[in-house]
Amino acid sequence: MIQLQNVSKQYANGKAVDDISFSIEEGETLVLLGTSGCGKTTTLRMINRLTEPTKGDIIVNGQDIKTQPPELLRRGIGYVLQHHGLFPHYTVAENIAIVPNLLKWNKEKTARRTDELLQKLQLSATVANLYPAQLSGGQQQRVGLARALAANPPVLLMDEPLGALDPVTRASIRKEFNNLDELKRKTILLVTHDVQEAFELGDRICLMNEGKIVQIGTAQELLFNPSDEFVSRFIKEQRFQLELESIQLKEVWRFLPKAIEGTDEKLLVPETTLWEAIETISQAKHPEAERFATTVSNQKKQIEIGSLMAAYTNYKNSIKA
Amino acid sequence: MNEQQQSLWSFIQQQSDKLLEQTLAHIGLTFISLLLSIIIAIPLGIWISRKKQWSGTILGIAGVLQTIPSIALLGFMIPLLGIGAKPAIVALMLYAFLPIIRNTFTGINQVNSSVTDAAKGMGMTSYQILFKVELPLAMPVILAGIRTATVINVGVATLAAYIAAGGLGEFIFGGIALNNTNMILAGAIPAALLAIFFDFLLARVQQLNIKNARISLISIPIILVGLSSFYLLPATIKGHMLAGFTPEFMGRSDGYLGLKSKYKLNIRTVVISDAVMYKAAFENQLDVISGYSTDGRLKAYDLVVLDDDKTIFPPYYAAPIVRQEILTKYAELEPALNLLSGRINDSIMTDLNYRVDHLKEPPEKVAREFLIRQNLYKEPRNGNKGIVRMGSKIFGEQYILLQMYSILIKGNTDLTVETKTGLGGTKICFDALTNNQIDMYPEYTGTGLLVILQPVNNVVQQIIGNKEKVYEYVQKEFINQYKIKWLKPIGFNNAYALMMRKKQAGELNIRTISDLKMFIDNN
Ligand SMILES: Nc1ncnc2c1ncn2[C@@H]1O[C@H](COP(=O)(O)OP(=O)(O)OP(=O)(O)O)[C@@H](O)[C@H]1O
Ligand SMILES: [Mg+2]
Repeated sequence: MIQLQNVSKQYANGKAVDDISFSIEEGETLVLLGTSGCGKTTTLRMINRLTEPTKGDIIVNGQDIKTQPPELLRRGIGYVLQHHGLFPHYTVAENIAIVPNLLKWNKEKTARRTDELLQKLQLSATVANLYPAQLSGGQQQRVGLARALAANPPVLLMDEPLGALDPVTRASIRKEFNNLDELKRKTILLVTHDVQEAFELGDRICLMNEGKIVQIGTAQELLFNPSDEFVSRFIKEQRFQLELESIQLKEVWRFLPKAIEGTDEKLLVPETTLWEAIETISQAKHPEAERFATTVSNQKKQIEIGSLMAAYTNYKNSIKA
Repeated sequence: MNEQQQSLWSFIQQQSDKLLEQTLAHIGLTFISLLLSIIIAIPLGIWISRKKQWSGTILGIAGVLQTIPSIALLGFMIPLLGIGAKPAIVALMLYAFLPIIRNTFTGINQVNSSVTDAAKGMGMTSYQILFKVELPLAMPVILAGIRTATVINVGVATLAAYIAAGGLGEFIFGGIALNNTNMILAGAIPAALLAIFFDFLLARVQQLNIKNARISLISIPIILVGLSSFYLLPATIKGHMLAGFTPEFMGRSDGYLGLKSKYKLNIRTVVISDAVMYKAAFENQLDVISGYSTDGRLKAYDLVVLDDDKTIFPPYYAAPIVRQEILTKYAELEPALNLLSGRINDSIMTDLNYRVDHLKEPPEKVAREFLIRQNLYKEPRNGNKGIVRMGSKIFGEQYILLQMYSILIKGNTDLTVETKTGLGGTKICFDALTNNQIDMYPEYTGTGLLVILQPVNNVVQQIIGNKEKVYEYVQKEFINQYKIKWLKPIGFNNAYALMMRKKQAGELNIRTISDLKMFIDNN
């Protein structure tokens, strides 16, 4: 769906992007992760031709982007910016309608789509007639996303879409994004320097440093199979949590103790991550009385914090071996 | 000649036609130039916001244009565009450039880059970005620039009266020249009100909801074009010959008013400053002008004086007027000053003026050479018996006379001289004299009669035709009223006069003002 082949960008003061290649499959979310100034934004902006590459080819939807007029290319690619970039003189509804209007949709269709998006992004209908300055940061960012999604583009580019928000709002909007059906079907390139966000939102993660790709792969690959020292160091601080988040109950199944028959447990689905399981257990109202279990192919296993941690350690040892 | 006693209100009522015409011309001038300026300056501002490397140069040039004094800028326009509305509009347009270019540039630059970035990223063309994003968001700032330019233009447009472009400056400068406060106010108050009104109006537009910027984008040009068209209204009267008169001449009974009442002269007129009037006549832009009969430019521009066959212009014989007190104190002063009496006739004075005004010789040199030729020159005695303070009005002839008197006093007495040249017009010189700030200055009998003494009309009528009677009258009244003495006349008569190009007057066989009237009536 998106393909970069040996792409470089040279500025007067050096190479911002140095010979990178990757491809993003249809419906996949790839996260560009890296320190400030490593070339993430430059990479992203080359895809909708806001920046022209010095070298290399970029193919979107099977077509070399150089062969299309930039305006037409951009109308087919959703673009979300860190500082939302909403037009201050347009209402929320008018902001959302920008691309549909460029594509000359009729009024009715645009209005229906606007209502739909407001609803999906949990914005009340009254917001439609407000100006961006009258919204909270979180609302502005949602409108920014709604605007990018308005014309239903197959491809979405997001440059630190939550970068300007406080950590709490950020975490909650991230959850919403994760559950948004519209986003699930799209090919997405998302830029962030937040490791947590990258692991949570990305199907795969592309870690960059000084204009080059250091490693590209799934969360587990980066965690348990780092290509070099830089990768481990980059995720060191959050490693424990990231690992717990990347492993599901069914993966450590074989290391969990059997459940005691006949007791009255709460069941967790096998796809629950270890992190979620620990959260659920530690937030139980009556930790003494409540029990938790999970069932795979009719076999029930008991879950406690202690046994989970033991299973986690065993699992890690098993994949290293 | 009792304008001072007249109330401002009755003046305005009396002159309401003129006031309306001037106001409309003023609005028209302001807005035509503003409109042209906007048409040029906004695209320029947009252009330099795209090509930042040019912004310094363009803003620099616009800035320099604005530092040129308004009168000088108008003056520069005359050789290029002649007189009248064209040069005035161009000059005003240039004045309005800086605030509009600058504000368009800053207005566009201050649009948040993430907004233009988003616009581009969504696939808007650069044309759409300009008209849907940048200009609407820059509109309040651009409007602020237009507002500044409007206020500047309303003010500077008063100066348009100097180059025959009309406007409220006609009353203002006429009033200053005639020392007529009502006339000044009749021009100045409407001009100030216009500035305040348009400022207020644009402030309202500026405060409109940012969304209505789109409406103002369309409505403002319409309003501007509408206001601009005012200027075309008064310009519909057409005539064969065009006269250019100074603001002072327009308001004097021994001027335009007399031409109308005594000669029934009905000529199309424009108001113009005497600095450009002679040249404009020479260049065929004016056919008839008001001037002074000894002006050096008469000779320089090959003009001829029309005979005042019905005597509306009183004699203007020049003579020094001196405070009686100082004449008594230094008895040797009066004989020294009288040495010049009878020595300079009209043609000599015209020639001396020509050398100063046109050939740009220093007045001091011209005066000294004249006295040497007349055998009146003596080396200064460098005495220190006392000081004589001399003043002069602000034109060449007075400077020359002052230098002559200075040489005569220094050479023939032990007195020294202190000069205060350039004391504006009659009123300022005379006030300086009566307030004991100067001791003497050269004055003209007609001015003493009509501007200072202002006797009732029938007295004027009795004596105006006779130069001796006028001299005697002013001499007697000045001593009685002010203790100021008129010494012996120098000889020349620097009267108001109507002038035409020698060639044209010859071809049309016009020698007198009555001939001119006949010619105009028959065509
Ligand atoms: N227009 C430009 N001209 C010159 N250098 C640029 C330009 N844009 C980016 N750079 C340089 O290219 C490098 C990469 O910039 P880029 O914006 O892609 O980094 P980034 O990874 O997005 O960083 P951040 O996380 O801070 O947004 C930086 O060193 C930057 O200084
Ligand atoms: Mg960036």
